[in-house]
Amino acid sequence: MSETPQENSAANPALYWQANTKLLLIMLSVWFLASFGLGILFVDQLDQFRFMGFPFGFWMAQQGYIVVFLVIIAVYVFRMNKIDRAHGVEEEDVDSQDF
Amino acid sequence: MGIQGWTYLFVFITFSLYIGIAIWSRVVSTRGFYVAGGNVHPIANGAATAADWMSAASFISMAGIISFMGRDGSVYLMGWTGGYVLLALLLAPYLRKFGQFTVPDFVGERYYSNIARLVAVVCAIFISFTYVTGQMRGVGVVFSRFLEIEIFWGVFIGMVVVFTYAVLGGMKGITYTQVAQYCVLIFAYLLPAIFISMTLTGNVIPQIGFGSEIKGDEGVYLLDKLNGLNTELGFAAYTSGQKSTIDVFFIAAALMVGTAGLPHVIIRFFTVPKVSDARVSAFWALFFIAILFLTAPAVAAFARTNFLQTVSNQPYAEAPAWFKNWEATGLIKFEDKNGDGVMQHYNESNPDYAAIAAAKGWAGNEIIVDRDIMVLANPEMARLPNWAIALVAAGGLAAALSTAAGLLLVISSAVSHDLLKRIILPEITEKQELMTARFAAAAAVVVAGYFGVNPPDYVASVVAFAFGLAASSFFPALVMGIFSKRMNKEGAIAGMVVGIVFTAAYIIYFKFINPAANTSVNWWLGISPEGIGTLGMLINFAVSVLVSRFSPVPPDTVQKLVDDIRIPKAN
Repeated sequence: MSETPQENSAANPALYWQANTKLLLIMLSVWFLASFGLGILFVDQLDQFRFMGFPFGFWMAQQGYIVVFLVIIAVYVFRMNKIDRAHGVEEEDVDSQDF
Repeated sequence: MGIQGWTYLFVFITFSLYIGIAIWSRVVSTRGFYVAGGNVHPIANGAATAADWMSAASFISMAGIISFMGRDGSVYLMGWTGGYVLLALLLAPYLRKFGQFTVPDFVGERYYSNIARLVAVVCAIFISFTYVTGQMRGVGVVFSRFLEIEIFWGVFIGMVVVFTYAVLGGMKGITYTQVAQYCVLIFAYLLPAIFISMTLTGNVIPQIGFGSEIKGDEGVYLLDKLNGLNTELGFAAYTSGQKSTIDVFFIAAALMVGTAGLPHVIIRFFTVPKVSDARVSAFWALFFIAILFLTAPAVAAFARTNFLQTVSNQPYAEAPAWFKNWEATGLIKFEDKNGDGVMQHYNESNPDYAAIAAAKGWAGNEIIVDRDIMVLANPEMARLPNWAIALVAAGGLAAALSTAAGLLLVISSAVSHDLLKRIILPEITEKQELMTARFAAAAAVVVAGYFGVNPPDYVASVVAFAFGLAASSFFPALVMGIFSKRMNKEGAIAGMVVGIVFTAAYIIYFKFINPAANTSVNWWLGISPEGIGTLGMLINFAVSVLVSRFSPVPPDTVQKLVDDIRIPKAN
């Protein structure tokens, strides 16, 4: 991913959108692979391996992808914040929380 | 103190807490009522979303379903978590940037049409009402089982509580009660799971424990043991799957996409201050949900093991205490068909097993179990003290009430904001709109309560289909509204109508018109009614794209709106 930081604050929405969709497609492919791929399509093949005492396919089908989903969102949040800043489109801070 | 005493105490404490929060968080503006003023902390919103999302079904029924279905039950785990990836990546940040109050709001503005808004209002109200009825019913059922009072009064008490905080505090009241409800329900869910895990496997962490070796039987994995117990009685091995791959695939997709398209989940992301908060808030939501969802399969495996070891083929006279307790509620039944005083539980519909059963002198399966018992009786199976048993009631109520409140807000804002303010009477003041919103919420509580006491037959079967309907109507319209500038009102309206009509027709045919034909032989492409929403969604996408190519490009103002929601920074 190319994130050449731009000094000028004049954002280029097209470039920003391109960077965003590229990241999106990568993340969604991982999402698809982990859930539909490992959790459903290849689950029987994976069952021949053991993972922490679980048959690996069964573990993927009951827990594995949930962990992967969390990682996907975490990576996405982290990368998007970086992309926002690189393209100068991040938001200003708003007032403190209402607690 | 007995179980009932503890239950009364916990219900009293938690309900006082919810009402206290409601009084503290009264609102005076529509912005406060619809989106909690838009300044909820992303972590608080994550916890509120988790409680909003996890319903009576996730808390009470999900582990039981997995317990009986083994690996095939995984589809619910996947479907109800995977949708958050779609929400976080495709919808939440952009809808937050759009910055209005409701989902029909976005549809109406983006597709510059009150017809589109109206279609969205109808979809939102229909989906939310079917869903909320199930929650009120859940409240009544928990009350009647734990406190032995009538379902009517259980529902009535639940209505009064929801009424107080939803009508007074709107989204703000709902948000902070949901945070409290999350804490109650997660504690109630984890505590018995931890104890059972320690007893069965010696592992304190139940999420990992169910993959461990059995305590006192070193070298044997719990899951292998469970596979053995299952196959011995003619059931399929626990870790194997029976459903066809294509059907599992379609059901999982319908649940995921439906989750991302459910209005009461989407509006939660309107309450955070910034676009980047909406993204991180989706992470926290899934994080809080994952704590329960990673525990559910463990509870399922433990409960199944316990059940097969302590009940199956044991003399009825020596049945454990919890068995007798729950027999009184009718959730578990024993009928001694061959008169030998022993409780035989086996798979009587397995033809290969019939000869084995006959040779043993068994005359049919003698135990009928309601799946819900795997969670409700869980603390008793683990021989936990009475207060821990009572805690499950408080947790179940928290799960049902928090979801009900979120749904009621969707209904109320669809009526007061989208129908009244945006379509029928645009000239009303904010004060009048707020008044209407409160009235609409109050009316919705009463209607939901009525259906909770007198559930129409179709409700139980329809709740499961709310996902398919959301998947085939909202999701494509929302995604294309953000990712395709070319998508116009003609395309979106045609797509939504065709998608939801197709899905509803398929479901109605197999569930109500011709239930006898509801078998995999008759299904299109082998897709069950549960999974048809995925096909409906694909049809929606296809129709939208096709129609939009033969009709005018959306106006410039709308294209600018799309440009604007794609960029976090305010103009």
